[in-house]
Amino acid sequence: MHDANVNRAAQSFAPLTASAVLVNPVGLHARPSVKLTQLAKGFTAKIEIALAAEGPWTDAKSPVKVMRVKAPQGATLHFRVSGPDGEAALAAMLALVHDGFGEA
Amino acid sequence: MGEIHLTGHPASPGLAIGPVAVLTSEVASRAAKGDPAQEAAALKVAIEGAASELADLIATVHGEAAEILEFQVAMLGDDALAEAAYEAIAGGTAADEAWRAALEAEIAGYRAADEEYFRARAADLVDIRDRVLASLNGAGTIATISGDSIVTGDDISPSTFLAVDWTRGGAIALAAGSPSSHVAMLARSRGAPMVVGLGPLPWNGQPPSLALVDGDIGTVIFDPQPETRRLFEHRMAAANAAQIAADAGRLKPALTADGRRIAVLLNVAAPEELASLDPAICDGIGLVRTEFLFEGSRGLPGEDAQYQVYRRILEWAEGRPVTIRTLDAGGDKPIPGVTVDDERNPFLGLRGIRLSLARPEVFRVQLRALCRAAIHGTLKVMLPMVAVPTELNRANAMLDAELAALTAEGVACARPPLGIMVEVPSAALCADDFSAAFYSIGSNDLTQYTMAAARDIGAVADLNDAGHPAVLALIARTVEAGRKRGVEVSLCGDAAGDTRLTNALLATGLTTLSVAPIAVARLKAAIAGVTA
Repeated sequence: MHDANVNRAAQSFAPLTASAVLVNPVGLHARPSVKLTQLAKGFTAKIEIALAAEGPWTDAKSPVKVMRVKAPQGATLHFRVSGPDGEAALAAMLALVHDGFGEA
Repeated sequence: MGEIHLTGHPASPGLAIGPVAVLTSEVASRAAKGDPAQEAAALKVAIEGAASELADLIATVHGEAAEILEFQVAMLGDDALAEAAYEAIAGGTAADEAWRAALEAEIAGYRAADEEYFRARAADLVDIRDRVLASLNGAGTIATISGDSIVTGDDISPSTFLAVDWTRGGAIALAAGSPSSHVAMLARSRGAPMVVGLGPLPWNGQPPSLALVDGDIGTVIFDPQPETRRLFEHRMAAANAAQIAADAGRLKPALTADGRRIAVLLNVAAPEELASLDPAICDGIGLVRTEFLFEGSRGLPGEDAQYQVYRRILEWAEGRPVTIRTLDAGGDKPIPGVTVDDERNPFLGLRGIRLSLARPEVFRVQLRALCRAAIHGTLKVMLPMVAVPTELNRANAMLDAELAALTAEGVACARPPLGIMVEVPSAALCADDFSAAFYSIGSNDLTQYTMAAARDIGAVADLNDAGHPAVLALIARTVEAGRKRGVEVSLCGDAAGDTRLTNALLATGLTTLSVAPIAVARLKAAIAGVTA
């Protein structure tokens, strides 16, 4: 589940952050990484992921870099999003993680 | 020439016999190299060429295979993969050397991963590396392998695997490799036997001509003697016949020859085991081990993470009962941060429910997650290693408190019935005294505590016999207590899947057995042969 307090600064494109637990088996592996990056590429916002709230941050549009994170099942995935469609992007990314990337 | 026996790890079940095809990693040398701009352009063309080859290949396959190749296409399409290579080329390195070095670094990162799953992805990166190198060097694509071959080598790439028609009875025998690799997943779904981790293949130059692969136990015999081959072929024929018979009965309810209905449940150690299973093969899940949630280096799992996993398992079961065992750490299952170190005899120490009661801050989180998951199906919760009724009473009180707290917070929840594992002789002898909602006999620990013999100590392993009359008497006593109290009794240890014991277990009055998914068909077939 994501944090209840999604941070919204007054500035319009200030970064939004939220987190979600990876519930799908074996974590952010090959297929989920492809789904995550494909979804991220559909938004103009800059989207980054990290395993800790303070980073280091990784470009969520790069499958090579997302795989380097090696996020296991049960890990908390943090998102940082900034851009005109940031809110929609963040909601879509969280939904994908909550849904377990559509895996059984 | 004598036959060669090698032992590795089973990665995909089944038996196979066939001619040996050795995978070679020949690298065609690249003739000329140009200035940095030409080299960068050559690499770009090679990467695009490899991606387009993969796209053609995807069009010919379906499902899992296509998804694995799509992963490779996504990686190839990402500039981050070749970034280091382009930098090296700008510094004067040849395109092939630069690409190889960049991918080697990437592959090393995967091989160093903590999790087996990520380590196994190294094979996909090797596949990508070689496809681009082949394209760069103008080499032809992978040599065709006949589908009746025993393919041997260090490791095999997904592309090579997919180029073979495995319906013709071939198999895979690898010096390295992993049961978690994409190829192993594909081999299991296509029914190709596969053995990994055989170690260095012991021949120079002339490879053997014939091999026997046993993907059930993980062995390979090269150049078998005629008698070895004859016995193996006999086993293959028997296994085929048994498989056909067992598969036919797997989806049907289990009935003894005299018409008694026996419930067959599943033991589950990790939720991913369920992904490829049809819930119709079982009458529910008799044991979900929850230790997997607590393993690894990420600290203890939170309430939400546990709830999501429990919920998924309940949803898979489609209303069938699911029995989840609370954390059974300690003994032979140490968990950093939970179990105590340096116990002189951990099997007689702080383990199972004893540990949970001693670590209420950990236990409470699990009880809350279970109460929340209970609304998504038919959940039952059982406590491991219970010896005396006060342990059950204390757990019941904690469950009530967490349920009340969740209700007060307005969180949707329900109270699952709380039962006990019967694995300590005191619990079997005094089963009547427990106000348990059900009993589940853990035959592994019950046997070792009754016979005072561990099964992993070779010198006494023969004493560790679940079929000993003393163990069977304790099982019968538990069944009788359940009958008197009107609650269910099941058995979920390895004895349930040992078909030599099926007769004796059903003779105690047991009507519910819980086994690993792989044993379901075999157990149902054994039950059908029980007459009294």
